[in-house]
Amino acid sequence: MEIFGINIAVLIASLMVASVPIMLAAIGELVVEKAGVLNLGVEGMMIMGAICGFITAVHTGSPMVGFLGGAAGAMALSLVFILLTQVFLANQVATGLALTLFGLGLSSLLGQGYNGIKPPRLGDVPFGPLENIPFFGRVLFTHDIMVYASIAIVAAVWAVLKYSRAGLILRAVGESHDAAHALGYKVVRIRILAILFGAAMAGLGGAYVSLVRVPQWTDGITAGAGWIALAIVVFASWKPWRVLIGAYLFGGITVLQLNLQAAGARIPVEYLSMSPYLITILVLVIMSSGRGRASLNAPAALGQNFHASR
Amino acid sequence: MKRRHLLASAALGLGLTIAGGAFAAGMDHVKACFVYVGPIGDGGWTFQHDQGRLAVEKEFGDKVETAYQENVPEGADAERVLTQMALSGCNIIFTTSFGYMDATNAVAAKFPDVKFEHATGFKRDSANVSTYNARFYEGRAVEGLLAGRMTKTNKIGYIGSFPIPEVVMGINSYYLNAKKVNPAVELSVVWAFTWFDPAKEADAAKALIDQGVDVIASHTDSTAVLAEAAKTEGKVIGFGQASDMAEYKDGPRISSIIDNWGPYYVKRVGALLDGSYEQADAWEGIAGGEVLIGDITDAVPAEVKAEAEGLRDAIAAGTYHPFTGPIKKQDGSDWLAEGQTAPDGDLLGMSFYVEGITGEIPK
Repeated sequence: MEIFGINIAVLIASLMVASVPIMLAAIGELVVEKAGVLNLGVEGMMIMGAICGFITAVHTGSPMVGFLGGAAGAMALSLVFILLTQVFLANQVATGLALTLFGLGLSSLLGQGYNGIKPPRLGDVPFGPLENIPFFGRVLFTHDIMVYASIAIVAAVWAVLKYSRAGLILRAVGESHDAAHALGYKVVRIRILAILFGAAMAGLGGAYVSLVRVPQWTDGITAGAGWIALAIVVFASWKPWRVLIGAYLFGGITVLQLNLQAAGARIPVEYLSMSPYLITILVLVIMSSGRGRASLNAPAALGQNFHASR
Repeated sequence: MKRRHLLASAALGLGLTIAGGAFAAGMDHVKACFVYVGPIGDGGWTFQHDQGRLAVEKEFGDKVETAYQENVPEGADAERVLTQMALSGCNIIFTTSFGYMDATNAVAAKFPDVKFEHATGFKRDSANVSTYNARFYEGRAVEGLLAGRMTKTNKIGYIGSFPIPEVVMGINSYYLNAKKVNPAVELSVVWAFTWFDPAKEADAAKALIDQGVDVIASHTDSTAVLAEAAKTEGKVIGFGQASDMAEYKDGPRISSIIDNWGPYYVKRVGALLDGSYEQADAWEGIAGGEVLIGDITDAVPAEVKAEAEGLRDAIAAGTYHPFTGPIKKQDGSDWLAEGQTAPDGDLLGMSFYVEGITGEIPK
């Protein structure tokens, strides 16, 4: 099947790969924001994940251990955010921005001497004969483990938030921390766990960039992916499956416009590059028309600090 | 009234003394500052500029002090950074990306005593702005020859950054010289609209590879394109861009274009020190040593390697110009007549593809 000279199966397969980092970071941030914390440091945590994952993978020779290292590195960075916002009650927006700047600088420092090294390669999951199914074989069965893992994580987050007691508590903390506190839930502890989860996901996403997508380390390798992840959370109006759609849309448009160019299709690429952001704005306008913040589905306590004395 | 006059003339006098001193008598100590569009660790464009900065430090030792700022976005931020540098005592400021052109000229007008050097631009609005560039299209010609000879699918690719003359020139040179040795060759161009975004550069390379392209040249700053080509395990080859990228020698990198800024930076800072500094519009190529062709690897057959080196030497000797007529524009109109070579003015304002390239240049 071909449109404008582009093989659709190949296109979908590439967009699934291209979307993994932003999807992981966005689903992590979704959980954080559902708990009522706005962490704008996603970009910083992603790049820490990228360099820590890279270093771990190079020294252990195993990409899977590398991913764990990436998650750990990002979580370590998020401890700064936790300390400042959950203990010292600093402003979350400012702290998040600072975390990004700090992460970018620290990753550059850690990455000294790692330029030009090739990390161990993460192979595709062997599906044997399934790969030969026309169309679906190429689309579904030619990926590495992280592509499947990222989709599984989205599904798990959706199920936990919707059906489990833990998910209900998390949402309660994000909607009204005072009420949750009155019911006896440990607001700060729950938020800390949510931030750590978000950091781990951002770290995995970052490690995916440096270990699989680009397989190398250069300064600033994530190049703004964290900000796109933040946009996706809003685009998805804090709903997990819409994060998947948003990530495929944002990642897919990039891949599509590059493929259209490579295939020589005469479509102005500027419009395609703009389109995900236009859609985000449209979604925001439509959803917020008339019915205020609640209809946006934003957690009511988003960005507000909590202290038990109040 | 009187006092104001006095102050004004005093300020004027002071300004003249400083300016006059700087021009005529040279300086004992120069602070040279550099503005980079990406991180030094990009392994490409910015890395090479920083090598140039280090060459300046090595050459002049205590007599110079250097400073730099990485990751400066093209646009309003650049103006802020430049103003800050000018205020902090920089005597000469190198702005190393095309997009700094307007910011450089705007800030230069406010600081007539500071020298500004803008890479790859063409605007010199005030006397203290010089421009410098390298004839990268000469290197592209050598890459084109290698691409034309080495492609098996007859599809070659080029990852463009922004549709500016500099890049269009490179695309045309690459294509013309590939076509010369392999008339069946087809070129796919992908515009990434970024100088530095490794993930996007990798995606662009992947899109080309998916389309059957097996030789990729890139005009972006990182090594991501080669890393993506390396995943195909030998099916796709490419070139080091801006820097040698020698770490991919045992993989897809068959040669490279190396930007060698050191000699120019040393010359300009030296001129400022000894007082011979003048506004300039420098555009050197292979002959001047600003553009080096990196080692051609053994993946290239010996006779092709010899042919490429022959082309390089012919360009250096001035016996061959990568744009030699007859060449038509994409729309079929005549550009260069038989035997005519491209005038520099045409190249510096190049905004058209040559005949045979499909697709349009984005506006």
